[in-house]
Amino acid sequence: MTAAGRTMRTATDGGARASAPAVEVSGLRFRYPDGHEALAGLDLRVERGQRVALLGPNGAGKTTLALHLNGISVADAGTVRIGHLVVAEPHLAEVRRRVGLVFQDADDQLFMPTVAEDVAFGPANLGLRGAELDARVDEALAAVGADGLRSRTPHHLSGGERRRAALATVLAMRPDVLVLDEPTSGLDPAGRRELVDVLGGLPITQVVITPDLPFALELCPRSVIIDGGRVVADAATPDLLADDDVLRRHRLELPFGFDPRAVARQD
Amino acid sequence: MGAGHSHPLYVHAHSPTHRLAPEVKVTATVAFVSAVAVTPREAIWAFAVHAACVATAAAVSHIGPGFVLRRLLVVGPFIAFALLIPFVGSGDRIDVLGVAVSREGLWGAWNVIAKAALGATASILLAATTEVPRILTGMTRLRVPAVLTAIASFMVRYLEIIAGELGRMRTAMAARGYAPRWLWQARPVAISAGALFIRSYERGERVHAAMLARGYTGTMPEIGVPRASGLQWWTAGLLPVVAWTAAVTALVAPA
Repeated sequence: MTAAGRTMRTATDGGARASAPAVEVSGLRFRYPDGHEALAGLDLRVERGQRVALLGPNGAGKTTLALHLNGISVADAGTVRIGHLVVAEPHLAEVRRRVGLVFQDADDQLFMPTVAEDVAFGPANLGLRGAELDARVDEALAAVGADGLRSRTPHHLSGGERRRAALATVLAMRPDVLVLDEPTSGLDPAGRRELVDVLGGLPITQVVITPDLPFALELCPRSVIIDGGRVVADAATPDLLADDDVLRRHRLELPFGFDPRAVARQD
Repeated sequence: MGAGHSHPLYVHAHSPTHRLAPEVKVTATVAFVSAVAVTPREAIWAFAVHAACVATAAAVSHIGPGFVLRRLLVVGPFIAFALLIPFVGSGDRIDVLGVAVSREGLWGAWNVIAKAALGATASILLAATTEVPRILTGMTRLRVPAVLTAIASFMVRYLEIIAGELGRMRTAMAARGYAPRWLWQARPVAISAGALFIRSYERGERVHAAMLARGYTGTMPEIGVPRASGLQWWTAGLLPVVAWTAAVTALVAPA
């Protein structure tokens, strides 16, 4: 798994200048057609190789932000840069290769008859064919430990298998940045554990949207709270989760009996 | 979606027909159905040849007669209509079981029933051995305009998504004691149809966003389906050639 991850890293390093951050969002504004302002001048910088958790209440603008990171939604104002590329035409195709978006509902992401074909969908859109395409599929399935799911129908997989298959469909494009929207939703504790292991072993930049604070603590050294379409807090995850005032103000809740300081001391 | 063995028309098996490339099967089906369509109705022997062709195809595909007959019910309305023709048709009359019927009408009924049944059987065999996305791949390879296949593939996808949503909504309604029996109890069904539309529409938007996120540009990439070999074309072409030979013989040399 890590070996496959490492080859992915070397394959993608050539593309971007070392100095540019992986993701740079500045002054991003977006209003939905119904008038609701989802993003109200959001700024965020994510360094290469960093894992950042995006926390915040429902409706804070987290998913909307994710859709802007690869140009699915187009901002009213402000810019998003991936490496040195601005997210806009003419390089939307390259941006979408570099930013792998894993959707909240894996059923939205898996639409081909078999897992292997679904994993091949992205790289095939990049123009890969034949043995090269097969190698990509193998590499991505191996990276998430899903070799055995190859010929299965996505709709007959368990929640955890579906989540890993969805992750593989994105890894097959060898992204520089992985954006995950609530990856633990609907997973049982064992599926959640497997996901932490897989994500923790991938040496690429990760932006993880999650309401699951222990998951954020385990996976991401840095956390950002988004509320009302803006970044309202940005700190090391253990410090942020220890700040009861900030958590309460933004409707974030630790599980009953969970003490982030105790977890931090154990490490 | 849930294409694959969850689709009611598809039979999961590993027959030689299942292994044929989709473009070959689509071409063979269209060629066979058009041969049936042009066969003159008086050439009963030619229809026997056509029937033998579909029977052979069904046997090679490991599809049982029960499966085909149950799905043939779809042509039932046409057959019911065709059965009326002998009674309302004009021209000279003959006696069948003591009832005077139109000779012309009898031929008309036979023509509709035989051609509908043979054509439908061929389509049923195609659908039973080829998953819907594969049929669309085949159509793309046969140079059917990409816009049409894209619309068809989205329709297939949305239909299955809607069926899934509908199933869950019905379960949710049944779980809260809703068991409609009379027409005036259908109000919640009508209301839920609206909700279903919104939910399906939003789901469709998310699926499309997920496709765009992975570089989708409007045409499905061809993956995982090997192209037809020359041998496949020859094998699959056999039955349509037999059918066309029968049809043409019947046309130029009426019995």
